[in-house]
Amino acid sequence: MTDIYKILRGQKDADGNYEKKPVIVQGITGKYGSAHAKLMLEYGTNIVAGVTPGKGGQKFEDKIPIYESVKEAVDATGAEISIVFVPAKFFLDAAKDALESGIKLLVAIPEHVPIRDAMEAIELAKKNDAIIIGPNTPGVIVPGLIKVGIMPATPFSKGKVAVLSKSGTLLYEISNNLTSAGFGQNITIGIGGDPVNGTRMIDAFDMVKDDPELEAMVVVGEIGGDSEEILAQHIIDTGFKKPIVGYIAGRQAPKEKRMGHAGAIVMGNYGSAESKISMFAKANIPVAKRPGEVAVLLAGKMNS
Amino acid sequence: MRLLEYQAKELFKEFGIKTPPSISSKDIEKGRKDAKELGYPFVIKVQVPVGGRGKAGGIQKCSSDDEFELKYPQLLNMSIKGEKTRAILLEKMADIEKELYLSLFLNRSKRCYTIIASSEGGVEIESVKSQTIREVGLGDVDAQTAKEVANEIGLKDSQEEQFVEMLQKLSKLTIEKEAELAEINPLAILKDGTLIALDGKVMTDDNSNFRHDELQQYQEKSELEEQAEKSGFSLVELEGNIAVIGNGAGLVMSTFDLVTDNGGKPATFLDVGGGATTETVYEALTLISKMKRVTGILVNLYGGIVKTTTVAEAFIQAYNNNLIDIPVFARLMGTRSKEAKEMLKDTKTKMFDSIEDAINGVVMEANK
Repeated sequence: MTDIYKILRGQKDADGNYEKKPVIVQGITGKYGSAHAKLMLEYGTNIVAGVTPGKGGQKFEDKIPIYESVKEAVDATGAEISIVFVPAKFFLDAAKDALESGIKLLVAIPEHVPIRDAMEAIELAKKNDAIIIGPNTPGVIVPGLIKVGIMPATPFSKGKVAVLSKSGTLLYEISNNLTSAGFGQNITIGIGGDPVNGTRMIDAFDMVKDDPELEAMVVVGEIGGDSEEILAQHIIDTGFKKPIVGYIAGRQAPKEKRMGHAGAIVMGNYGSAESKISMFAKANIPVAKRPGEVAVLLAGKMNS
Repeated sequence: MRLLEYQAKELFKEFGIKTPPSISSKDIEKGRKDAKELGYPFVIKVQVPVGGRGKAGGIQKCSSDDEFELKYPQLLNMSIKGEKTRAILLEKMADIEKELYLSLFLNRSKRCYTIIASSEGGVEIESVKSQTIREVGLGDVDAQTAKEVANEIGLKDSQEEQFVEMLQKLSKLTIEKEAELAEINPLAILKDGTLIALDGKVMTDDNSNFRHDELQQYQEKSELEEQAEKSGFSLVELEGNIAVIGNGAGLVMSTFDLVTDNGGKPATFLDVGGGATTETVYEALTLISKMKRVTGILVNLYGGIVKTTTVAEAFIQAYNNNLIDIPVFARLMGTRSKEAKEMLKDTKTKMFDSIEDAINGVVMEANK
């Protein structure tokens, strides 16, 4: 498995700080892309290039060069990380450009990407030994080091808890609670709210589970699909022993209705909250009733 | 998009999958003509976007004009699990020997399509023990795979051939229409040996709608849903009286759960999207103002960079313009919340620091 930490964190210097890895922004001149590029820069993310076809040769904020294609940007900078802000219908082309140019971590922000396009991009990522996070994800953040996403900075603080979440705003809410309770985050990964995810719950778990700095994990799931169930079985099978706390949104949602996310839909029993909560119970993962309860349950687990 | 049975069957016909003779209608005048054309006896089937209609009495035999005049209006006016009848399908009865199950289904965790087939049909597939499951990548089913599936569920000779053909047509439909699910249940073997789709369910990927103008005729949206979509919101309407508004699907679902846990009955699930501005919140309130059954509004917004004062401005405008006069219970995470509270002091909007307190407030108000 491609090591996400190796991609996100550079070499440690003498003071124990990680070197900042270079990041490309696809769609940097769009309204959304440029606003978030600025926020990422503010956070300290090392954005080295932007890509907007037709605007090659220009500069973003008078300093960051813009290229015609990811290939050109990679050739010039050697970056392995790219974040995509293009409209959903152009996502597949943007993803191909990135994955065929040597990008190893592609953060796919757009919502409303057709499933078939996502599946094709994921196949291509597998072939090129690359990771896609998303689509429809807030992105990934290693607090204090690098933010490749659209999450606000304030909820997050440096620490030792990994948070994996299908939902964006719940990720912010729960991370904020964790931060207030003294549980900083080692990494948070937005799985995304679509039916098909480049990085599934189980993949995200495998990516972070062996990090020596990791002390606990929080899994924020929601109705739809069975990625939480599969993760729970995997946790049982691998005998992972560090504390994990869960949360599942959509317990009271009506069946066969899409609840905001394309993936948040219960069909029969497939995707139901009961199924997820009962599998979490089997894996000895307590499930909070409210987002605010996650930090409380985690404190209980850490002290037992 | 979740297609109704008659719509799914129109697609089946388009792709050459056999179905019983049937005609759909939305009023009794058209229904009477259909009845004459089809000839008694037939079944009257309500068309609702939810399962379990057989048990709920939504499928009735009909063999005379008198029976028709009695049953058609009954079925047209019925609701199943809160879903009103969208249309009526009149369908000739089939002479059934055996019922099977067949679907192509997007397996989300494996990120591939799967064929699910069974020699037991007509019931929910989850309750069936003997299932044949095959992974088929992006949905393309070759003849050899289809043949193996046919054999595994016990089909031979002409029935095997017909099954292979049907499965390959279903595969073509799945790929071309970008379906998440294309299901034939039951797939009937008739007494004369013909294989036929007795019922069908198709769900297409909403995110691919822009590539499928031909499917737009099947889009059944309420006026409110259409307006919500225009604003970039996502809305689910329910029968309760508390409008639940928030930003981000997960957060709104979570709020919805807590309202229901606390004895409240949501009237909406309304997700205004990632950000929150004066305009989006005002638009959300405009939508809600059209729902007469709403007696309390709950707003839960989380924005690291949202100024709560800009959201407060939306509430003040909504009251000033007489858009709403019902109370709003709001929890706004963000900056400048003291100022926002001050702004809302003399209005019907109450601001809370915790969502639990806001929910208690709105549930008490709505249950008054």
